[in-house]
Amino acid sequence: MSTKGDGRFPNPFEIETPAGAEGWEELYPYYTVFSEDRREDEENAFWFQDGMHWREVLYPFDSIFMEFAIKSLSQYNTHFYVIPPALGIDFRILNGYTYLTPVGVADPKEIEARIPLFMERAGYYFQNWDKLYDQWKVKIKGVIAEMDALEFAPLPELEDMEWIKEGRGLSSSYDLMSNYNKLIDFGLKGWQYHFEFLNLGYAAYLDYFGFCKQVFPDISDLSIAKMVAGVDIELFEPDEKLKALAKSAVELGVADSLKSGTAEEALTRVASVPNGSQWLQQFEDAKDPWFNFSGGTGFYHHDPVWIDDLDVPFTYLRNYIEKVEAGEDIARPTEALRVERDRIAEEYAGLLNTDEDRETFQGKLGLARTVFPYVENHNFYVEHWHHSVFWRKMRDLGKVFVEAGFTAEIDDIFYLRRDEIPEALFDMSSGWAVGNPSRGPKYWPAEVERRKGIVNALREWTPPPALGEPPEVVTEPFTIMLWGITSESINTWLGGGDGDTLKGFAASPGVVEGIARVLKDSSQIDQLKEGEILVASITAPSWAPIFSRIQGTVTDIGGMMSHAAIVCREYGLPAVVGTGFATQNIKTGQRIRVDGDAGTVTVL
Amino acid sequence: MKDDIDSEFILCFDCDSHDRFLIGGKNASLCELTTAGIRVPPGFAVTTQAYKKFLEHTGLGKEIKKTLDKLDIEDVNAVEQASRDIRSKMRVTPVPSEIQVSILEAYSNLCECCNVVDLPVAVRSSATAEDLPGASFAGQQDTFLWVCSGENVLKQTVDCWSSLFTARALSYRHRMNFVHEDVFISVGIQKMANSKTAGVMFTLNPINGDRSKIAIDASWGLGESVASGEVTPDNFLVDKVTLEIRQRTPSNKLIEYIPNHKTGKVHKTAVTNELQKAICLSDEEVIALSKLAKQIEKHYGTPQDIEFAIDQDIPFPENVMIVQSRPETVWSRKKPVSVSNGRQVGMSGMVDTLIAGVRLQQGNK
Repeated sequence: MSTKGDGRFPNPFEIETPAGAEGWEELYPYYTVFSEDRREDEENAFWFQDGMHWREVLYPFDSIFMEFAIKSLSQYNTHFYVIPPALGIDFRILNGYTYLTPVGVADPKEIEARIPLFMERAGYYFQNWDKLYDQWKVKIKGVIAEMDALEFAPLPELEDMEWIKEGRGLSSSYDLMSNYNKLIDFGLKGWQYHFEFLNLGYAAYLDYFGFCKQVFPDISDLSIAKMVAGVDIELFEPDEKLKALAKSAVELGVADSLKSGTAEEALTRVASVPNGSQWLQQFEDAKDPWFNFSGGTGFYHHDPVWIDDLDVPFTYLRNYIEKVEAGEDIARPTEALRVERDRIAEEYAGLLNTDEDRETFQGKLGLARTVFPYVENHNFYVEHWHHSVFWRKMRDLGKVFVEAGFTAEIDDIFYLRRDEIPEALFDMSSGWAVGNPSRGPKYWPAEVERRKGIVNALREWTPPPALGEPPEVVTEPFTIMLWGITSESINTWLGGGDGDTLKGFAASPGVVEGIARVLKDSSQIDQLKEGEILVASITAPSWAPIFSRIQGTVTDIGGMMSHAAIVCREYGLPAVVGTGFATQNIKTGQRIRVDGDAGTVTVL
Repeated sequence: MKDDIDSEFILCFDCDSHDRFLIGGKNASLCELTTAGIRVPPGFAVTTQAYKKFLEHTGLGKEIKKTLDKLDIEDVNAVEQASRDIRSKMRVTPVPSEIQVSILEAYSNLCECCNVVDLPVAVRSSATAEDLPGASFAGQQDTFLWVCSGENVLKQTVDCWSSLFTARALSYRHRMNFVHEDVFISVGIQKMANSKTAGVMFTLNPINGDRSKIAIDASWGLGESVASGEVTPDNFLVDKVTLEIRQRTPSNKLIEYIPNHKTGKVHKTAVTNELQKAICLSDEEVIALSKLAKQIEKHYGTPQDIEFAIDQDIPFPENVMIVQSRPETVWSRKKPVSVSNGRQVGMSGMVDTLIAGVRLQQGNK
């Protein structure tokens, strides 16, 4: 397939444009594509495809959060905390897919010089973590609230009389353009905040992780994670809310009224039965913010969000109601989890050789536990909640585009680059102001159609897992931790997957055999049958409710701290993540064996 | 077992006595395990009192002393000859009847308990000096497996007693400055585990001393093949805290020891082709063994070296049995060394971790 036999990946400059996708480069910002003027540097770097976050072709607008995320991650390594061996991560888009390359600090003297800065700066955050984290929650909620308050409405024929009276002196079209700029600004803010803590959180976890591997050489990644894993995790709260609602529906005797029809029909029906309004109130309370929960990674505008499509959480809710009615205890055993977590940590500590080691272990564990709530929870605040609101606002703007005849469908706006939208808005605004037709309705519908053709052609292409010369060893800590990129995984990719056996990270222990169900995205979730083994590029946290129906999980991408791995462990299913080729090599209906201890997947 | 079996000469493994001078180290350990609730094949100890009385009542004790007093310990041939004389005399001298009765009664009681006529048992010597630090007598006395009648139990008990006087034991005691008359021997009579699989486990990783692991070596048949090193056993590494099986390393197991029920003898035979490479412990057996190992280590408070057997006549989990446990001696004697060395603490420790990317990368999987 895409790899060569000479121990290196394809040169990005030798990759051909798929037929029908000519000119795809114009769909993305000029700095995101491989170009002759930077060729020498680009050819010498090792690029891995980030299918964990961007598994499919980027829509022109959707490159926004890829750029914002990677840029924000990088600035904290480089300019804030001065991580000694690591600068940022550079990004490119090739044939619509995202490729990343970690940028390290090569000069040992420079690494040395960065150490005191790191100790002072990162040290301050670690020492004041809880205080700063409390502050962080206020900040991120503030951004979300401000974003939520933004309005995008079609331009009116007549401006409001009130504006005349108060002498406002600004127009609706000014607001429209200004609000778009604000929305982009809030989008960027959210991502700045996202990485304010995350790199440091990983650094602390990595430090503790490394010590565990040193004193207990054969300890599993899972056991290390178990000792720090939080019990009250906000990322699990949406699922917890559904469980609570299911339980309450049965207790209040309103379950039957929820069992059929669309979510809307069921909600209307439940309002008319005794106790129904009480349950509805609980439902409304849970919805905001917890149903701002994406069925995907949250990085694509079309990732389904519960609050926008209540049929999705309703499917899960009904599943839980069935279990509650069957007498099953679906509650998360939080107390047992807490006890187990402490038991494991205490027993390991007891097995250390010296009091000095015990003290070091407790110190590192303590810091890891301090930082871990952020590592676990930030994902809900940013990728789910913040993004849900952001995409909703963009769709409101999409409606304005449709009403103004600029596009045919609401989602067509995502075929415009984010820098083209202010232009289009100005076109719309000046046409509205002048009283003559804007050019947009003549220009954008055809252009969007052309771009759809390009994106569709790009979808037919399979991105190679990596580009360029692989490094001898991967040393950049975040690449290893977050993306699971190691020398070993690179070798697996170079081999193109070894026939019937795939190797990945042993993310959750146990061995299971069963029928594979390969899912491309969350829209296919309903195809999954009880007892199957889920095979996916990645698994999103909002897929949590289906974990009670499957036997095991296999993913293409992800390291031990990927969102996927965290959720798989929680549900106690055998899982192998980061196999590289599972969705390509495994077909739905095949019988496979998932060995969550060895990290292997075998087609039987 | 019945309480009234216990006497001056007999102590059952479920008795409260852990007196090494009365029943020897090995038996004391089996009693201790049994009373700690660990599944040990049932059995009883023939006390050192029985041995003493045998020597006293028959006059053998004095005869032996006479023989040894005039023995030139440097003369290899003379030592060999003395050993042969003493041992053959012991074999032909009738055991005092009250001792005979006690042993036979205890054996038939054991048969009754296990509901088997002529129950196969292991007859093992259990020396009072055995397993004491600095004076390892392990392996210097005899073990008889698959002994199947009262008459044979009696005979092998005497053989165990006489094993105190092998040429090797005589010169060893001389070298170690033990007085022959002060060394006594007890004998353990224990139900044979009819093992499908047997082996050894350590409550630490013998490769690196990591105390958070349990290492298990196992092979088909009786445990002798593993103990003697005649096969490369299957190896398992289990996390002591979480009971995850971290490694399973199957090997090619060519031979096994199995009992012949007709002849009452143990035979070394070739393992059938399909079983040679097959893993000899199921995951649930590995976990059950690990739980027992953890319990035993907790009981003694120090890392242990444990022999086990998986009986094929009894259903799981009752068939998972401990045959012996003794303190681990290699790593336990080392002075504990700290991994952390000041640099590891706080922010500078974190810097080390971040920079040691290569090291981490290797340990990542």
